[in-house]
Amino acid sequence: MDTFLQLVLNGLMLGGLFAIISVGLTLIFGIIRLVNFAHGELLMAGMYLTWLGTTKLGLHPYVLAPPLVLVLFVIGVAIQRFILQPLLEARDAHVQIFATVGLSTALINLALLLFGADLYATPAAHVRDPIMLGPFRIIVGQLVMFGAGIAVVTGLHVFMERSFLGRAIRATAQHRAAAQLMGVDVNRIYMVTFGIGAGCVGLAAALVAPVYPTSPTVGTYFVLTAFVVVVLGGMGSLHGAFIGALLIGLVDSLSGFYIAPDLKEVVIFGLFILILLLRPTGLFGLGRGSE
Amino acid sequence: MLTLNDVQAGYGRTTILHGINVEVQKGEVVTIVGANGAGKTTTLRSIAGLVRPTSGSITFEGEPIGKLSPHEVVARGITLIPEGRQLFPFMSVRDNLRMGAYTPQARARMSATMDEVMDLFPRVREKLEQHAGSLSGGEQQMVAIARGLMARPKLLMFDEPSLGLAPIIVAQVFDVVEKIVATGVTVLIVEQNVFRTLNIADRGYVLENGEIVMTDSGQALLRDDHVRRAYLGI
Repeated sequence: MDTFLQLVLNGLMLGGLFAIISVGLTLIFGIIRLVNFAHGELLMAGMYLTWLGTTKLGLHPYVLAPPLVLVLFVIGVAIQRFILQPLLEARDAHVQIFATVGLSTALINLALLLFGADLYATPAAHVRDPIMLGPFRIIVGQLVMFGAGIAVVTGLHVFMERSFLGRAIRATAQHRAAAQLMGVDVNRIYMVTFGIGAGCVGLAAALVAPVYPTSPTVGTYFVLTAFVVVVLGGMGSLHGAFIGALLIGLVDSLSGFYIAPDLKEVVIFGLFILILLLRPTGLFGLGRGSE
Repeated sequence: MLTLNDVQAGYGRTTILHGINVEVQKGEVVTIVGANGAGKTTTLRSIAGLVRPTSGSITFEGEPIGKLSPHEVVARGITLIPEGRQLFPFMSVRDNLRMGAYTPQARARMSATMDEVMDLFPRVREKLEQHAGSLSGGEQQMVAIARGLMARPKLLMFDEPSLGLAPIIVAQVFDVVEKIVATGVTVLIVEQNVFRTLNIADRGYVLENGEIVMTDSGQALLRDDHVRRAYLGI
Protein backbone atom coordinates (compact mmCIF):
# COMPACT_ATOMS: atom_id res chain seq x y z
CA MET A 1 0.00 0.00 0.00
CA ASP A 2 2.81 2.38 0.88
CA THR A 3 4.45 1.63 -2.45
CA PHE A 4 1.22 2.40 -4.27
CA LEU A 5 0.76 5.72 -2.49
CA GLN A 6 4.39 6.60 -3.11
CA LEU A 7 3.85 5.94 -6.82
CA VAL A 8 0.68 8.07 -6.80
CA LEU A 9 2.67 10.87 -5.20
CA ASN A 10 5.43 10.54 -7.80
CA GLY A 11 2.83 10.55 -10.57
CA LEU A 12 1.14 13.72 -9.35
CA MET A 13 4.50 15.49 -9.08
CA LEU A 14 5.38 14.45 -12.64
CA GLY A 15 1.91 15.63 -13.68
CA GLY A 16 2.83 19.15 -12.53
CA LEU A 17 5.61 19.24 -15.12
CA PHE A 18 3.38 17.87 -17.87
CA ALA A 19 0.83 20.52 -16.92
CA ILE A 20 3.25 23.41 -17.54
CA ILE A 21 4.23 22.06 -20.98
CA SER A 22 0.68 21.06 -21.96
CA VAL A 23 -0.94 24.34 -20.92
CA GLY A 24 1.27 26.21 -23.40
CA LEU A 25 0.47 23.73 -26.14
CA THR A 26 -3.28 23.77 -25.52
CA LEU A 27 -3.31 27.58 -25.33
CA ILE A 28 -1.66 27.90 -28.75
CA PHE A 29 -4.03 25.31 -30.15
CA GLY A 30 -7.16 26.78 -28.56
CA ILE A 31 -6.50 30.40 -29.52
CA ILE A 32 -4.43 30.35 -32.71
CA ARG A 33 -5.92 27.03 -33.90
CA LEU A 34 -2.40 25.85 -34.57
CA VAL A 35 -0.78 22.54 -33.63
CA ASN A 36 2.70 23.63 -32.63
CA PHE A 37 5.03 20.78 -33.54
CA ALA A 38 8.04 22.87 -32.48
CA HIS A 39 6.86 23.03 -28.85
CA GLY A 40 9.26 20.31 -27.73
CA GLU A 41 12.17 21.92 -29.48
CA LEU A 42 11.47 25.17 -27.64
CA LEU A 43 11.73 23.10 -24.44
CA MET A 44 14.98 21.63 -25.70
CA ALA A 45 16.35 25.10 -26.49
CA GLY A 46 15.34 26.25 -23.02
CA MET A 47 17.12 23.26 -21.45
CA TYR A 48 20.36 24.04 -23.32
CA LEU A 49 20.08 27.66 -22.19
CA THR A 50 19.64 26.42 -18.62
CA TRP A 51 22.69 24.20 -18.99
CA LEU A 52 24.72 27.12 -20.36
CA GLY A 53 23.54 29.41 -17.55
CA THR A 54 24.44 26.92 -14.83
CA THR A 55 27.80 25.78 -16.20
CA LYS A 56 29.07 29.04 -17.70
CA LEU A 57 27.58 31.58 -15.29
CA GLY A 58 27.38 29.37 -12.21
CA LEU A 59 23.73 30.19 -11.58
CA HIS A 60 21.14 27.85 -10.07
CA PRO A 61 18.59 26.63 -12.66
CA TYR A 62 15.72 28.00 -10.58
CA VAL A 63 17.30 31.46 -10.65
CA LEU A 64 17.39 31.14 -14.42
CA ALA A 65 13.64 30.45 -14.63
CA PRO A 66 12.39 34.08 -14.80
CA PRO A 67 14.86 35.20 -17.51
CA LEU A 68 14.17 31.98 -19.45
CA VAL A 69 10.43 32.66 -19.40
CA LEU A 70 11.16 36.10 -20.80
CA VAL A 71 13.58 34.86 -23.47
CA LEU A 72 11.20 32.11 -24.62
CA PHE A 73 8.30 34.60 -24.62
CA VAL A 74 10.25 36.84 -26.99
CA ILE A 75 11.23 33.86 -29.18
CA GLY A 76 7.57 32.80 -29.28
CA VAL A 77 6.42 36.28 -30.28
CA ALA A 78 9.09 36.36 -32.99
CA ILE A 79 8.07 32.93 -34.38
CA GLN A 80 4.45 34.05 -34.63
CA ARG A 81 5.33 37.43 -36.13
CA PHE A 82 7.99 36.42 -38.64
CA ILE A 83 7.21 32.79 -39.51
CA LEU A 84 3.53 32.05 -38.86
CA GLN A 85 1.80 35.41 -39.45
CA PRO A 86 3.08 35.77 -43.04
CA LEU A 87 1.60 32.31 -43.68
CA LEU A 88 -1.80 33.27 -42.26
CA GLU A 89 -3.00 34.36 -45.68
CA ALA A 90 -1.68 31.19 -47.33
CA ARG A 91 -4.19 29.30 -49.45
CA ASP A 92 -4.01 26.24 -47.19
CA ALA A 93 -4.13 26.64 -43.40
CA HIS A 94 -1.99 23.52 -42.98
CA VAL A 95 1.02 25.41 -44.29
CA GLN A 96 1.41 26.93 -40.81
CA ILE A 97 1.58 23.45 -39.27
CA PHE A 98 4.22 22.38 -41.79
CA ALA A 99 6.17 25.49 -40.82
CA THR A 100 6.27 24.39 -37.17
CA VAL A 101 7.43 20.90 -38.27
CA GLY A 102 10.18 22.56 -40.29
CA LEU A 103 11.13 24.75 -37.37
CA SER A 104 11.30 21.68 -35.16
CA THR A 105 13.68 19.88 -37.54
CA ALA A 106 15.80 23.00 -37.94
CA LEU A 107 16.13 23.48 -34.16
CA ILE A 108 17.08 19.82 -33.57
CA ASN A 109 19.80 20.04 -36.20
CA LEU A 110 20.99 23.39 -34.89
CA ALA A 111 21.39 21.76 -31.46
CA LEU A 112 23.31 18.84 -33.02
CA LEU A 113 25.61 21.31 -34.75
CA LEU A 114 26.26 23.38 -31.62
CA PHE A 115 26.29 20.73 -28.88
CA GLY A 116 26.60 17.37 -30.63
CA ALA A 117 24.56 14.31 -29.71
CA ASP A 118 25.96 13.94 -26.18
CA LEU A 119 23.78 14.10 -23.09
CA TYR A 120 24.36 17.14 -20.88
CA ALA A 121 23.64 17.01 -17.17
CA THR A 122 22.71 20.33 -15.61
CA PRO A 123 24.21 20.70 -12.14
CA ALA A 124 21.87 22.02 -9.46
CA ALA A 125 22.40 22.10 -5.71
CA HIS A 126 19.65 20.65 -3.46
CA VAL A 127 17.28 19.78 -6.32
CA ARG A 128 17.68 16.07 -5.59
CA ASP A 129 17.49 16.43 -1.79
CA PRO A 130 14.77 14.20 -0.37
CA ILE A 131 11.94 15.43 1.82
CA MET A 132 10.26 12.87 4.05
CA LEU A 133 6.48 13.08 4.48
CA GLY A 134 5.86 10.30 7.00
CA PRO A 135 6.73 7.11 5.14
CA PHE A 136 6.79 8.88 1.77
CA ARG A 137 9.74 10.41 0.06
CA ILE A 138 9.75 13.18 -2.53
CA ILE A 139 12.66 15.12 -3.88
CA VAL A 140 12.75 18.92 -3.87
CA GLY A 141 12.77 19.11 -7.68
CA GLN A 142 9.50 17.17 -7.93
CA LEU A 143 7.78 19.34 -5.37
CA VAL A 144 8.87 22.51 -7.17
CA MET A 145 7.51 21.19 -10.49
CA PHE A 146 4.19 20.35 -8.87
CA GLY A 147 3.90 23.73 -7.17
CA ALA A 148 4.91 25.55 -10.36
CA GLY A 149 2.35 23.56 -12.35
CA ILE A 150 -0.46 24.62 -10.03
CA ALA A 151 0.80 28.22 -10.00
CA VAL A 152 0.98 28.44 -13.81
CA VAL A 153 -2.48 26.97 -14.39
CA THR A 154 -4.05 29.15 -11.66
CA GLY A 155 -2.22 32.25 -12.87
CA LEU A 156 -3.23 31.72 -16.49
CA HIS A 157 -6.82 31.05 -15.48
CA VAL A 158 -7.04 34.31 -13.53
CA PHE A 159 -5.30 36.18 -16.38
CA MET A 160 -7.74 34.80 -18.98
CA GLU A 161 -10.85 35.47 -16.88
CA ARG A 162 -10.08 38.81 -15.26
CA SER A 163 -7.76 40.90 -17.42
CA PHE A 164 -8.73 42.90 -20.50
CA LEU A 165 -6.00 41.19 -22.51
CA GLY A 166 -7.03 37.71 -21.34
CA ARG A 167 -10.64 38.45 -22.21
CA ALA A 168 -9.57 39.68 -25.64
CA ILE A 169 -7.61 36.45 -26.15
CA ARG A 170 -10.71 34.37 -25.36
CA ALA A 171 -12.88 36.62 -27.52
CA THR A 172 -10.50 36.16 -30.47
CA ALA A 173 -10.73 32.38 -30.10
CA GLN A 174 -14.52 32.45 -29.93
CA HIS A 175 -15.17 34.88 -32.76
CA ARG A 176 -12.20 36.34 -34.57
CA ALA A 177 -14.13 38.75 -36.79
CA ALA A 178 -16.25 40.08 -33.92
CA ALA A 179 -13.11 40.61 -31.82
CA GLN A 180 -11.71 42.78 -34.62
CA LEU A 181 -14.92 44.81 -34.59
CA MET A 182 -14.36 45.46 -30.85
CA GLY A 183 -10.99 47.00 -31.70
CA VAL A 184 -8.83 43.96 -30.97
CA ASP A 185 -5.62 43.70 -33.00
CA VAL A 186 -5.87 39.98 -33.73
CA ASN A 187 -2.27 39.63 -34.95
CA ARG A 188 -1.05 41.09 -31.67
CA ILE A 189 -3.26 38.66 -29.72
CA TYR A 190 -1.71 35.74 -31.64
CA MET A 191 1.81 37.02 -30.90
CA VAL A 192 1.06 37.35 -27.18
CA THR A 193 -0.57 33.90 -27.11
CA PHE A 194 2.35 32.18 -28.81
CA GLY A 195 4.65 34.10 -26.49
CA ILE A 196 2.81 32.88 -23.38
CA GLY A 197 2.81 29.29 -24.69
CA ALA A 198 6.55 29.47 -25.31
CA GLY A 199 7.11 31.21 -21.96
CA CYS A 200 5.49 28.25 -20.16
CA VAL A 201 8.02 26.02 -21.89
CA GLY A 202 10.83 28.29 -20.68
CA LEU A 203 9.72 27.71 -17.10
CA ALA A 204 9.40 23.96 -17.71
CA ALA A 205 12.93 23.88 -19.16
CA ALA A 206 14.49 25.44 -16.05
CA LEU A 207 12.66 22.95 -13.82
CA VAL A 208 13.27 19.82 -15.86
CA ALA A 209 16.92 20.41 -16.82
CA PRO A 210 18.31 19.54 -13.35
CA VAL A 211 16.49 16.18 -13.23
CA TYR A 212 16.60 15.05 -16.85
CA PRO A 213 19.62 15.05 -19.19
CA THR A 214 19.56 17.51 -22.09
CA SER A 215 19.98 16.27 -25.68
CA PRO A 216 18.86 17.52 -29.11
CA THR A 217 15.81 15.23 -29.13
CA VAL A 218 14.77 15.60 -25.48
CA GLY A 219 11.76 17.70 -26.45
CA THR A 220 10.14 14.89 -28.39
CA TYR A 221 9.64 12.70 -25.32
CA PHE A 222 7.97 15.40 -23.23
CA VAL A 223 5.88 16.89 -26.00
CA LEU A 224 4.54 13.60 -27.31
CA THR A 225 3.25 13.06 -23.78
CA ALA A 226 1.93 16.63 -23.75
CA PHE A 227 -0.05 15.94 -26.93
CA VAL A 228 -1.72 13.00 -25.17
CA VAL A 229 -2.47 15.28 -22.20
CA VAL A 230 -3.96 17.97 -24.42
CA VAL A 231 -6.19 15.51 -26.28
CA LEU A 232 -7.23 13.83 -23.02
CA GLY A 233 -8.13 17.14 -21.40
CA GLY A 234 -9.93 18.50 -24.45
CA MET A 235 -7.96 20.53 -26.98
CA GLY A 236 -7.87 24.20 -25.97
CA SER A 237 -9.08 23.65 -22.40
CA LEU A 238 -6.74 24.98 -19.69
CA HIS A 239 -8.18 23.10 -16.72
CA GLY A 240 -8.61 20.05 -18.97
CA ALA A 241 -4.87 20.15 -19.64
CA PHE A 242 -4.18 20.36 -15.90
CA ILE A 243 -6.40 17.38 -14.96
CA GLY A 244 -5.12 15.49 -18.02
CA ALA A 245 -1.52 16.15 -16.98
CA LEU A 246 -2.11 14.76 -13.48
CA LEU A 247 -3.84 11.67 -14.91
CA ILE A 248 -1.05 11.00 -17.40
CA GLY A 249 1.51 11.56 -14.63
CA LEU A 250 -0.27 8.88 -12.59
CA VAL A 251 -0.45 6.49 -15.54
CA ASP A 252 3.24 7.06 -16.25
CA SER A 253 4.26 6.39 -12.68
CA LEU A 254 1.97 3.40 -11.99
CA SER A 255 2.46 1.59 -15.31
CA GLY A 256 6.21 2.11 -15.07
CA PHE A 257 6.22 0.15 -11.80
CA TYR A 258 3.42 -2.40 -12.15
CA ILE A 259 3.83 -3.22 -15.84
CA ALA A 260 7.36 -2.38 -16.95
CA PRO A 261 9.38 0.83 -17.18
CA ASP A 262 9.97 0.39 -20.88
CA LEU A 263 6.30 -0.29 -21.56
CA LYS A 264 4.84 2.83 -19.93
CA GLU A 265 4.78 4.69 -23.25
CA VAL A 266 2.81 1.81 -24.74
CA VAL A 267 0.24 2.31 -21.99
CA ILE A 268 0.13 6.08 -22.46
CA PHE A 269 -0.29 5.92 -26.23
CA GLY A 270 -2.74 3.03 -25.92
CA LEU A 271 -4.77 5.37 -23.74
CA PHE A 272 -4.37 8.07 -26.39
CA ILE A 273 -5.88 5.82 -29.05
CA LEU A 274 -8.72 4.87 -26.68
CA ILE A 275 -9.57 8.53 -26.03
CA LEU A 276 -9.62 9.28 -29.74
CA LEU A 277 -11.96 6.33 -30.31
CA LEU A 278 -14.31 6.86 -27.37
CA ARG A 279 -14.30 10.58 -26.61
CA PRO A 280 -12.46 12.56 -29.28
CA THR A 281 -13.42 15.90 -27.69
CA GLY A 282 -11.53 14.93 -24.51
CA LEU A 283 -12.71 15.16 -20.92
CA PHE A 284 -13.43 18.90 -20.90
CA GLY A 285 -13.63 19.72 -24.60
CA LEU A 286 -16.82 21.46 -25.73
CA GLY A 287 -15.74 21.59 -29.34
CA ARG A 288 -14.57 24.62 -31.31
CA GLY A 289 -13.90 27.91 -29.63
CA SER A 290 -15.03 26.97 -26.14
CA GLU A 291 -12.10 28.31 -24.16
CA MET B 1 -18.06 63.34 -41.10
CA LEU B 2 -17.86 60.22 -43.30
CA THR B 3 -17.36 60.34 -47.04
CA LEU B 4 -17.17 57.47 -49.50
CA ASN B 5 -15.84 58.71 -52.81
CA ASP B 6 -16.19 56.41 -55.85
CA VAL B 7 -15.56 53.30 -53.73
CA GLN B 8 -15.11 49.99 -55.50
CA ALA B 9 -14.88 46.81 -53.44
CA GLY B 10 -15.51 43.10 -53.62
CA TYR B 11 -14.30 39.65 -52.70
CA GLY B 12 -11.56 38.01 -54.75
CA ARG B 13 -12.31 38.67 -58.42
CA THR B 14 -15.95 39.52 -57.80
CA THR B 15 -16.62 43.25 -57.66
CA ILE B 16 -19.66 44.09 -55.52
CA LEU B 17 -19.49 47.88 -55.30
CA HIS B 18 -19.00 49.65 -58.62
CA GLY B 19 -17.88 53.06 -57.39
CA ILE B 20 -20.34 54.43 -54.85
CA ASN B 21 -20.54 57.86 -53.23
CA VAL B 22 -22.03 58.11 -49.74
CA GLU B 23 -21.91 60.98 -47.28
CA VAL B 24 -22.87 61.03 -43.60
CA GLN B 25 -22.97 64.34 -41.69
CA LYS B 26 -22.41 64.59 -37.96
CA GLY B 27 -25.63 63.89 -36.03
CA GLU B 28 -27.43 62.44 -39.06
CA VAL B 29 -29.27 59.14 -39.36
CA VAL B 30 -28.53 57.77 -42.81
CA THR B 31 -29.83 54.53 -44.28
CA ILE B 32 -28.86 52.44 -47.28
CA VAL B 33 -31.72 50.41 -48.70
CA GLY B 34 -31.51 47.83 -51.43
CA ALA B 35 -32.23 44.20 -52.31
CA ASN B 36 -30.23 41.22 -51.09
CA GLY B 37 -26.85 41.19 -52.81
CA ALA B 38 -26.98 44.86 -53.77
CA GLY B 39 -23.84 45.53 -51.69
CA LYS B 40 -25.23 47.04 -48.47
CA THR B 41 -23.22 44.82 -46.13
CA THR B 42 -20.12 45.19 -48.31
CA THR B 43 -20.43 48.97 -47.97
CA LEU B 44 -20.45 48.73 -44.16
CA ARG B 45 -17.64 46.16 -44.17
CA SER B 46 -15.51 48.47 -46.36
CA ILE B 47 -15.97 51.32 -43.90
CA ALA B 48 -15.17 49.00 -40.95
CA GLY B 49 -11.93 47.86 -42.61
CA LEU B 50 -13.04 44.24 -43.03
CA VAL B 51 -13.02 44.61 -46.82
CA ARG B 52 -10.32 46.68 -48.50
CA PRO B 53 -11.65 48.91 -51.29
CA THR B 54 -9.93 48.25 -54.63
CA SER B 55 -10.28 51.90 -55.61
CA GLY B 56 -11.82 55.14 -54.40
CA SER B 57 -11.41 56.69 -50.98
CA ILE B 58 -13.09 56.58 -47.58
CA THR B 59 -12.48 59.53 -45.27
CA PHE B 60 -13.65 60.00 -41.69
CA GLU B 61 -13.34 63.40 -40.00
CA GLY B 62 -11.12 64.49 -42.88
CA GLU B 63 -8.66 61.62 -42.68
CA PRO B 64 -8.42 58.66 -45.06
CA ILE B 65 -9.40 55.38 -43.36
CA GLY B 66 -9.70 53.10 -46.40
CA LYS B 67 -6.40 51.35 -45.75
CA LEU B 68 -6.75 50.94 -41.96
CA SER B 69 -7.17 47.59 -40.21
CA PRO B 70 -10.51 46.95 -38.47
CA HIS B 71 -9.10 47.62 -34.99
CA GLU B 72 -7.67 50.96 -36.15
CA VAL B 73 -11.05 51.97 -37.56
CA VAL B 74 -12.67 51.17 -34.20
CA ALA B 75 -10.05 53.32 -32.46
CA ARG B 76 -11.09 56.27 -34.72
CA GLY B 77 -14.63 56.03 -33.32
CA ILE B 78 -16.52 53.89 -35.85
CA THR B 79 -18.33 50.81 -34.54
CA LEU B 80 -20.16 48.23 -36.62
CA ILE B 81 -22.90 46.13 -35.05
CA PRO B 82 -22.62 43.19 -37.42
CA GLU B 83 -25.32 41.19 -39.12
CA GLY B 84 -26.19 38.03 -37.22
CA ARG B 85 -25.16 39.40 -33.80
CA GLN B 86 -21.70 37.74 -33.68
CA LEU B 87 -21.51 37.62 -29.88
CA PHE B 88 -18.83 35.70 -27.99
CA PRO B 89 -21.01 32.68 -27.19
CA PHE B 90 -19.04 31.15 -24.31
CA MET B 91 -18.58 34.45 -22.49
CA SER B 92 -21.01 36.01 -20.05
CA VAL B 93 -23.12 38.91 -21.26
CA ARG B 94 -21.11 41.14 -18.91
CA ASP B 95 -17.82 40.06 -20.51
CA ASN B 96 -19.31 40.63 -23.97
CA LEU B 97 -20.14 44.19 -22.93
CA ARG B 98 -16.66 44.66 -21.46
CA MET B 99 -15.20 43.54 -24.80
CA GLY B 100 -17.27 46.31 -26.41
CA ALA B 101 -15.25 48.82 -24.38
CA TYR B 102 -11.90 47.41 -25.49
CA THR B 103 -10.36 50.55 -26.97
CA PRO B 104 -8.32 52.59 -24.46
CA GLN B 105 -10.68 55.59 -24.72
CA ALA B 106 -13.76 53.46 -24.03
CA ARG B 107 -12.03 51.41 -21.33
CA ALA B 108 -11.30 54.49 -19.23
CA ARG B 109 -15.03 55.23 -18.95
CA MET B 110 -16.31 51.65 -18.93
CA SER B 111 -18.30 51.55 -15.70
CA ALA B 112 -20.08 54.85 -16.43
CA THR B 113 -20.91 53.66 -19.96
CA MET B 114 -22.13 50.34 -18.59
CA ASP B 115 -24.64 52.16 -16.33
CA GLU B 116 -25.89 54.32 -19.21
CA VAL B 117 -26.25 51.36 -21.55
CA MET B 118 -28.05 49.28 -18.91
CA ASP B 119 -30.62 52.06 -18.52
CA LEU B 120 -31.37 51.60 -22.21
CA PHE B 121 -31.58 47.80 -21.90
CA PRO B 122 -33.19 46.87 -18.57
CA ARG B 123 -33.75 43.30 -19.80
CA VAL B 124 -30.04 42.84 -20.54
CA ARG B 125 -29.19 43.85 -16.97
CA GLU B 126 -31.06 40.77 -15.68
CA LYS B 127 -28.98 38.45 -17.90
CA LEU B 128 -25.51 39.83 -17.21
CA GLU B 129 -24.08 36.62 -15.74
CA GLN B 130 -25.51 34.27 -18.39
CA HIS B 131 -23.52 32.92 -21.32
CA ALA B 132 -24.35 35.04 -24.37
CA GLY B 133 -24.86 31.88 -26.42
CA SER B 134 -27.71 30.76 -24.15
CA LEU B 135 -29.89 33.82 -24.87
CA SER B 136 -32.76 33.99 -27.37
CA GLY B 137 -32.21 35.64 -30.74
CA GLY B 138 -33.93 38.86 -29.67
CA GLU B 139 -31.95 39.07 -26.43
CA GLN B 140 -28.73 38.41 -28.36
CA GLN B 141 -29.54 41.28 -30.72
CA MET B 142 -30.06 43.60 -27.74
CA VAL B 143 -26.70 42.51 -26.29
CA ALA B 144 -25.04 43.07 -29.68
CA ILE B 145 -26.42 46.62 -29.81
CA ALA B 146 -25.46 47.26 -26.17
CA ARG B 147 -21.95 45.93 -26.87
CA GLY B 148 -21.64 48.33 -29.81
CA LEU B 149 -22.65 51.28 -27.59
CA MET B 150 -19.99 50.31 -25.02
CA ALA B 151 -17.35 51.64 -27.45
CA ARG B 152 -18.87 55.17 -27.20
CA PRO B 153 -18.67 55.47 -31.00
CA LYS B 154 -18.88 58.73 -32.91
CA LEU B 155 -20.44 56.80 -35.81
CA LEU B 156 -22.55 53.72 -35.12
CA MET B 157 -23.30 51.37 -38.01
CA PHE B 158 -26.11 48.79 -37.88
CA ASP B 159 -26.13 45.88 -40.30
CA GLU B 160 -29.63 44.34 -40.51
CA PRO B 161 -30.48 44.60 -36.79
CA SER B 162 -33.95 43.04 -37.23
CA LEU B 163 -32.90 40.14 -39.48
CA GLY B 164 -34.35 36.78 -38.43
CA LEU B 165 -36.33 38.12 -35.45
CA ALA B 166 -40.02 37.69 -34.61
CA PRO B 167 -42.20 40.74 -35.48
CA ILE B 168 -42.74 41.68 -31.82
CA ILE B 169 -38.96 41.61 -31.23
CA VAL B 170 -38.38 43.64 -34.40
CA ALA B 171 -40.60 46.35 -32.89
CA GLN B 172 -38.49 46.32 -29.71
CA VAL B 173 -35.26 46.56 -31.72
CA PHE B 174 -36.60 49.59 -33.57
CA ASP B 175 -37.65 51.20 -30.29
CA VAL B 176 -34.07 50.83 -29.09
CA VAL B 177 -32.63 52.17 -32.35
CA GLU B 178 -34.92 55.20 -32.05
CA LYS B 179 -33.79 55.78 -28.45
CA ILE B 180 -30.15 55.63 -29.58
CA VAL B 181 -30.86 58.04 -32.42
CA ALA B 182 -32.47 60.39 -29.88
CA THR B 183 -29.19 60.52 -27.91
CA GLY B 184 -27.63 62.25 -30.92
CA VAL B 185 -25.20 59.57 -32.10
CA THR B 186 -24.49 59.62 -35.82
CA VAL B 187 -26.00 56.46 -37.33
CA LEU B 188 -25.57 54.60 -40.61
CA ILE B 189 -28.09 51.80 -40.85
CA VAL B 190 -28.74 49.03 -43.34
CA GLU B 191 -32.10 47.31 -42.87
CA GLN B 192 -34.50 45.06 -44.74
CA ASN B 193 -37.42 46.74 -42.91
CA VAL B 194 -37.34 49.67 -45.33
CA PHE B 195 -40.54 51.36 -44.11
CA ARG B 196 -39.57 51.78 -40.46
CA THR B 197 -35.98 52.62 -41.33
CA LEU B 198 -36.85 55.39 -43.80
CA ASN B 199 -39.21 56.78 -41.17
CA ILE B 200 -36.40 57.37 -38.67
CA ALA B 201 -33.72 58.28 -41.27
CA ASP B 202 -32.81 61.85 -42.18
CA ARG B 203 -31.55 60.68 -45.54
CA GLY B 204 -31.47 57.48 -47.52
CA TYR B 205 -29.50 55.97 -50.39
CA VAL B 206 -30.96 53.34 -52.73
CA LEU B 207 -28.31 50.79 -53.71
CA GLU B 208 -28.95 48.51 -56.70
CA ASN B 209 -26.38 46.07 -58.11
CA GLY B 210 -23.51 47.88 -56.46
CA GLU B 211 -24.49 51.38 -57.60
CA ILE B 212 -26.31 54.22 -55.88
CA VAL B 213 -29.37 54.88 -58.03
CA MET B 214 -31.15 57.44 -55.87
CA THR B 215 -30.66 59.57 -52.77
CA ASP B 216 -33.07 61.82 -50.93
CA SER B 217 -34.55 62.52 -47.51
CA GLY B 218 -36.15 59.55 -45.74
CA GLN B 219 -39.64 61.00 -46.12
CA ALA B 220 -39.16 61.77 -49.83
CA LEU B 221 -37.97 58.23 -50.51
CA LEU B 222 -41.03 56.87 -48.69
CA ARG B 223 -43.21 58.76 -51.19
CA ASP B 224 -41.13 57.80 -54.24
CA ASP B 225 -42.88 55.50 -56.73
CA HIS B 226 -39.83 53.38 -57.52
CA VAL B 227 -39.01 52.84 -53.85
CA ARG B 228 -42.63 52.08 -52.99
CA ARG B 229 -42.91 49.50 -55.78
CA ALA B 230 -39.51 47.86 -55.32
CA TYR B 231 -39.08 47.88 -51.54
CA LEU B 232 -42.39 48.56 -49.88
CA GLY B 233 -44.57 46.37 -52.11
CA ILE B 234 -47.17 49.11 -52.51
